[in-house]
Amino acid sequence: MDWEFTQETFVSLVSALPLTLSLAATAIALGAILALALALARTSGILVLDWFARAYVFVFRGTPLLVQIFLIYYGLSQFPAVRHSIFWPVLRDAYWCAVMALSLNTAAYASEIIRGGLLSVPHGQVEAARASGMPRLMVFRRIVLPLAIRQALPGYGNEMISMIKATSLASIITIMEVTGVAARIISETYRAIEVFVVAGFIYLAINFLLTRLVQLVEFKLSPHLRQPENAAQMAIAGDAR
Amino acid sequence: MTQPGFFDLLSFGPDGWAKALMAGAWMTILIALSGYTIGAIIGTFGAWAKISGGKTLRVAADAYTTVLRGIPDLLVIYLLYFGGSAAITSIGRLFGADGFISFPGFLAGALAVGITSGAQHTEVFRGAFKAVHRGEIEAAIACGMSRSLRFRRIIAPLTLRHALPGLGNVWQVVLKESALVSITGVVELLRQSQIGAGSTGLPFDFYLIAALIYLAISTVSSIAMRQAERHFSRGVRRG
Repeated sequence: MDWEFTQETFVSLVSALPLTLSLAATAIALGAILALALALARTSGILVLDWFARAYVFVFRGTPLLVQIFLIYYGLSQFPAVRHSIFWPVLRDAYWCAVMALSLNTAAYASEIIRGGLLSVPHGQVEAARASGMPRLMVFRRIVLPLAIRQALPGYGNEMISMIKATSLASIITIMEVTGVAARIISETYRAIEVFVVAGFIYLAINFLLTRLVQLVEFKLSPHLRQPENAAQMAIAGDAR
Repeated sequence: MTQPGFFDLLSFGPDGWAKALMAGAWMTILIALSGYTIGAIIGTFGAWAKISGGKTLRVAADAYTTVLRGIPDLLVIYLLYFGGSAAITSIGRLFGADGFISFPGFLAGALAVGITSGAQHTEVFRGAFKAVHRGEIEAAIACGMSRSLRFRRIIAPLTLRHALPGLGNVWQVVLKESALVSITGVVELLRQSQIGAGSTGLPFDFYLIAALIYLAISTVSSIAMRQAERHFSRGVRRG
């Protein structure tokens, strides 16, 4: 491995990192809102909403993300009505098309994770909240949602990592994020291994940090599962005796 | 010239793309099947290394699954396609050929899909093996079965039964991942749709058709998987 080349590659790839992160963050944020809406539609008991959410999840999980990206970026421009609409400045932009496709895609996967979380909330908790006189919205905000989030967090963490990886597909529609820059350097120099190692290292680093962050949030959200500190110390002291 | 309608594209006639799209879909299935098989072989070794390998093997298998689950699949395809081409070109130069020789896209794609799905296969097999009761293996030892017989008659069938749902998920992932192989120029379903979109100026129609075909393949395979699960858990009593 050529050290100087590796360093240069690292510098160019890191300069593309903000774009990867902003793609992922925007898509995850927008996707989360849509996912929550879908999960609520799926658990609402209203037949039309339920079936819409089912169909949505089926379609977006059953087709490759790349096809979804192409359908939005290349496909929509086929219609003059779209080209002349006020949305055209957004739909013409590769960045926003990628964000849209990634958000729509992650929403399908995340909605199933959130639905699992919602279903795991014990009925007794909801009944207790109702018995305390909380209105429906407050029950949802104070009881159901926090419990569901805590339950769904590990699965959601995996989905966020998938999204970080999925942003690489944006490079195929000309966006120069980390994989895009890596592909350019590879095709210019044909030194695939060095570039691969550097790009791989960057993605691994992001995903490692993300995993840690999720673990930290998980830890913060579950104080009730931990022994109080002095109790733990007492237990240790007890063992030592 | 009038543009062909959506259903004209799907016909077998001179304007129709049905034949080309079917060939593309078949290529997609071939890539996915080859990648899946390679992944299953890697996964078997990976799981074996994690379960009963020595320290070095275990660390290597852990590193493999961690790395492959943390980096984008597209990067692996680039590595194999461009790295493979560079390697072949330099080998070619040794034998006096000059100029660029490209690595076959199908091979690069199938290998890349196999290597990435191998990490998932490893975890599926390892989890499934762990679900096999110790008692079953002890009973086999007590009956005097040899190591290979034990593996063939007891461990492999039971592990496979537990692995089936996970294997089904991996297949769905592999099927969708095969679309990325289109960047190497292999004319699979997505690449064929790109060609059609380019020559007719109807990208929406073509990508929509591609999406529907992917959906159909994944639906049919999930039905088949459910049948297989039912078949292989005949002997299991359900509470």
